[in-house]
Amino acid sequence: MAAPTTTSAVTGGNSASRPLRPTQRKLPFPASLYQTAVGKKWVMALTGLMLIGFVLVHMAGNLKLYLGVVQHQGELIYDADAYGESLRELLVPIVPRTHLLWVLRLGLIGAFVLHIHSAYSLTRMNLATNFAYESKRDWLAANFASRSMRYTGVIFLAYLIFHLADLTWGLIPGYEWERGEIQHNVVGSLSNPVVAIIYVVANLALAMHIYHGIYSMFQSLGINNPRYNQLRRPLAIGVATIVLVGNVSFPIAVLTNIIEYDPSLLAG
Amino acid sequence: MSKRLNLTLSVWRQAGPSAPGSFMTYHAKNIPDDASFLEMLDIVNEELIETGEVPIEFPHDCREGICGTCGVMINGRAHGQEKGTAACQLHMRKFSDGDTIVIEPWRARAFPIVRDLVVDRSPLDKIVAAGGYVSAPTGTAQDANETPIPKEVADSAMDAAACIGCGACVAACPNSAAQLFTSAKLWHLNSLPQGQAERFRRTEHMVETMEQFFGSCTNHGECTEACPKEISQDFIAYMNRDYIKSQIVNRKLAGQK
Amino acid sequence: MLPDSKIPEGPMADKWDNHRFNIKLVNPANKRKFTVLVVGSGLAGSSAAATLAELGYNVEVFTFHDSPRRAHSIAAQGGINAAKNYRNDGDSIYRLFYDTVKGGDFRSREANVYRLAQVSVDIIDQMAAQGVPFAREYGGLLDNRSFGGAQVSRTFYARGQTGQQLLLGAYQQMMRQVNEGKVTLHTRMEMLDVVKKDGEACGIVCRNLTTGEITSHSGHAVVLATGGYGNVFYLSTNAMACNVTAAWRAHRKGAYFANPCYTQIHPTCIPASDEFQSKLTLMSESLRNDGRIWVPRSPDETRTARDIPEADRYYYLEEKYPSFGNLVPRDVASRNAKTVVDQGLGVGPLKNGVYLDFADAIARDGRDTIESRYSNLFQMYERITGEDPYSVPMRIYPATHYTMGGLWVDYNLMTSVPGLYACGEANFSDHGANRLGASALMQGLADGYFVLPYTIGDHLAPRLGQSPVSLDDDVFVKAQAEVEARTQRFLSIRGTRSPEHFHRELGKLVWDYIGMARDRNGLEKAVTEIRALRDEFWADLRVLGDADGLNSSLEKAGRVADFFELAELMARDALDREESCGGHFRVESQTEEGEALRDDESYSHVSAWEWHDPDTPQTKHAEQLDFVEVKPSQRSYK
Repeated sequence: MAAPTTTSAVTGGNSASRPLRPTQRKLPFPASLYQTAVGKKWVMALTGLMLIGFVLVHMAGNLKLYLGVVQHQGELIYDADAYGESLRELLVPIVPRTHLLWVLRLGLIGAFVLHIHSAYSLTRMNLATNFAYESKRDWLAANFASRSMRYTGVIFLAYLIFHLADLTWGLIPGYEWERGEIQHNVVGSLSNPVVAIIYVVANLALAMHIYHGIYSMFQSLGINNPRYNQLRRPLAIGVATIVLVGNVSFPIAVLTNIIEYDPSLLAG
Repeated sequence: MSKRLNLTLSVWRQAGPSAPGSFMTYHAKNIPDDASFLEMLDIVNEELIETGEVPIEFPHDCREGICGTCGVMINGRAHGQEKGTAACQLHMRKFSDGDTIVIEPWRARAFPIVRDLVVDRSPLDKIVAAGGYVSAPTGTAQDANETPIPKEVADSAMDAAACIGCGACVAACPNSAAQLFTSAKLWHLNSLPQGQAERFRRTEHMVETMEQFFGSCTNHGECTEACPKEISQDFIAYMNRDYIKSQIVNRKLAGQK
Repeated sequence: MLPDSKIPEGPMADKWDNHRFNIKLVNPANKRKFTVLVVGSGLAGSSAAATLAELGYNVEVFTFHDSPRRAHSIAAQGGINAAKNYRNDGDSIYRLFYDTVKGGDFRSREANVYRLAQVSVDIIDQMAAQGVPFAREYGGLLDNRSFGGAQVSRTFYARGQTGQQLLLGAYQQMMRQVNEGKVTLHTRMEMLDVVKKDGEACGIVCRNLTTGEITSHSGHAVVLATGGYGNVFYLSTNAMACNVTAAWRAHRKGAYFANPCYTQIHPTCIPASDEFQSKLTLMSESLRNDGRIWVPRSPDETRTARDIPEADRYYYLEEKYPSFGNLVPRDVASRNAKTVVDQGLGVGPLKNGVYLDFADAIARDGRDTIESRYSNLFQMYERITGEDPYSVPMRIYPATHYTMGGLWVDYNLMTSVPGLYACGEANFSDHGANRLGASALMQGLADGYFVLPYTIGDHLAPRLGQSPVSLDDDVFVKAQAEVEARTQRFLSIRGTRSPEHFHRELGKLVWDYIGMARDRNGLEKAVTEIRALRDEFWADLRVLGDADGLNSSLEKAGRVADFFELAELMARDALDREESCGGHFRVESQTEEGEALRDDESYSHVSAWEWHDPDTPQTKHAEQLDFVEVKPSQRSYK
């Protein structure tokens, strides 16, 4: 005869299924929120929303690359560079120069960290709860974007580090990096076809990530109204497309000389 | 007279929870196309018994799509290819002669295999025990018509309450998440006036119990596609909202330590 | 000797109140000193377990399902009756009582039925408070419909899933007690014996279906809520696992089995399509409101239904019963379908059905109207048969659906074994010889919520201070050894035929001889043939695998073995009852028009059968039924 089973208070004598995770001691609010997967998804959605906001503003700012040289405070200057300068001067003189920008950057970094950490820990949780099928699954609703979130996220993170090293810190050789010279640096970097291809691939990953992210965000935040639900897909497609078209236009424009850097124009 | 089919089955066989398992191939011959999927398995089992082989254990009971006992992966889909249909209501006329059918049990860490295609879904009961009820001890009820409930609200609660607890949502989810099951029960009770008193407490307890066993939702939507009652993913959003509310505006904290 | 039925004194309307006042109570603080074992987790079992736990008793629940929510109560579609009179159409407790006694063809206990009608009102309140999403009107108040030919609208419903929603309500209420530690739930545990000490029930023996372990459980009282035995017919609308084993084991331990021949055949099921068919699917009776039932006039008809002209169609119900037509009661509709099919007029590939035709209704009301009324049923039909009922007539045939017979219980729901209770479909008490639509859910919940939790106190109160019998006691050791031996016996026969085979063969005998129409000749034949098949079963059974884990053939073998003994008793009971009433139709006893003819002189009683041993026929004890309020009359639907 088989060994007697132990009896659990909740479902009696016959359950082989035990909790996969121990019950945690509850932390004080708001940390308690982040202890559960539903809370983490909420944080992921909110930080994702912040990051999408950043991506859109970043892309809109970059559109200034198309404007070329403008007259700025009596000087001829690339509009993109002027834009960069204006970010550093946000709310001057209420706060000293670059201070607000740093506050924004810190917020952004915080959002990134939370977004990545929540993704990491949820992925670990899901790997622990999931048990792979031996036979081939036939996906009905899950699409490539939704199933590749963790990969598109990682690809884009890798690109982001490269992007910062390349344009913000000037650590990537290949052109003469100059601090604050946005137009010069962008054109210098993207003139290299390899960098341009990396840029395009990363933005494809980003667009896919945003596509599923936006659709998913509403569910995670609990924003759901049957009357407007059918707008979620179009919105996700719209934002992803705007980001993709906007961002991918830059390397193409650089390679086709639509965006140029010509120091002689500044001499005048 | 009904058509007859000859099929090749690839069935997961596993002698016990910790025994190794593998796919075994069986030939299902001369299967009438009026048979249901489970009746096809009955026929195969009768033949196995005749040849002295231990029959395939598969979960089933009411065979009319309401008890929620049955459920296997059929060619990579929970409950097979018919939308909104439990495996017991899937009929062989949806297959063609010569088909190969791969049959695998539900897979999730929280659903250990009992034998062959039968899994243990008791964590779903634990989620209900954690708060999936209205505390109304027998005898305490007021007249049933004392609280009017708008028809739309009752209908929406009924949409959620239609869940049969088969676990297909978990089985279909790449994360083995039980969000659809849990949120359907939550919306059934949270949307009705009777459920308001315990709304946030219920949500908190059920969600936290669920997370002890199951994964998190990544909004693929496989659950709704697999659900034999086509329960909407919208309920998951409502669950998320109520959970966040339970944490942020938790009324039980007011005036209490 | 049949124990006293304990019907309380006093006027009908006061009996239940008087009884509740007179029976013994257990002090609230003492309730925790008692343990009650509940077997079965359907409507009656879950509701009883939840309520007993709320009162303070320690409860252990046993179900062979993987979850209590799988119990077959879940499959009830239509609704639940309650004498609320929300429609202001003249309903009352008395009218529900009257309809139920009359519907039961005057073979039920008046006092039980009256109590059922009384508590029906509380059930609706209770279930609504628990959040059962009953259908509502736009004003937010509960909707009702008229059901099963009732002349008032007293049926509450939740879409076509009333049973599911009520069961989930009771299940949830029980799970709350599980969470509080008052109910211990044992899933995948099949009860295989009742244990008695000094003539009283003191526990049960179970087999753990996942590990094969056989264990004993001890308590102060045992409640069986294990459903009906319709699966003795093999093909029925019951779930595959429904069985009589728990009730039958109790019967073998001294509980009398009452009225086993009362079985209800539901007229609108989808006919079997082949030998392989494992169960039949019920479609709501409401289809008869718009569908016309007919068969071809000629047994040699070869044309398709649509091509058969009016003149060659036999609308047998409309012709025979001009005033009720297609809406005659269940038993009449079923019997007439059998008659025409037996005449060779059946339709479909196996000539085993009759047409239920919506062509006229669609022509009259439009397809949209018919669709709005029945779309889910039409869809279900199409899914199962592959035929589109909008363009070809449905094929229907009667199937076993419910069993009115069951363990004999007194007014307290206690069987003839002290301390052993039976509630829900497992007992015989409230439906007489025929159950009205939407009354099964009502009875299960009435027993579990509002009757048993009080009446059980009468047995427990005097036993305060007694601890449950020790599991080391001889009675448990012996019972457990017997169960182990019986389990091993199935495995050791090593014959050639599966339990499924024997079940199917048994089902054919039961359907042919103890089905919709019974006669002496057939019933006598049934007794001998069932015996012969039973002997073959014990000699030629093949159960593969072992007893150390999940083995559904082994489970099935035990259930089929008990069905054999039950089937024989059904035949004997049907032989003994030489009258027709409700679900029991003896061909010898019919009116000139072919209606059921009761014999109130000789058979106005409950037949309660006492077990001796497998080879000695049971002894019958008769409990006389007195009708004080409702005078027996002859039904007529012409």
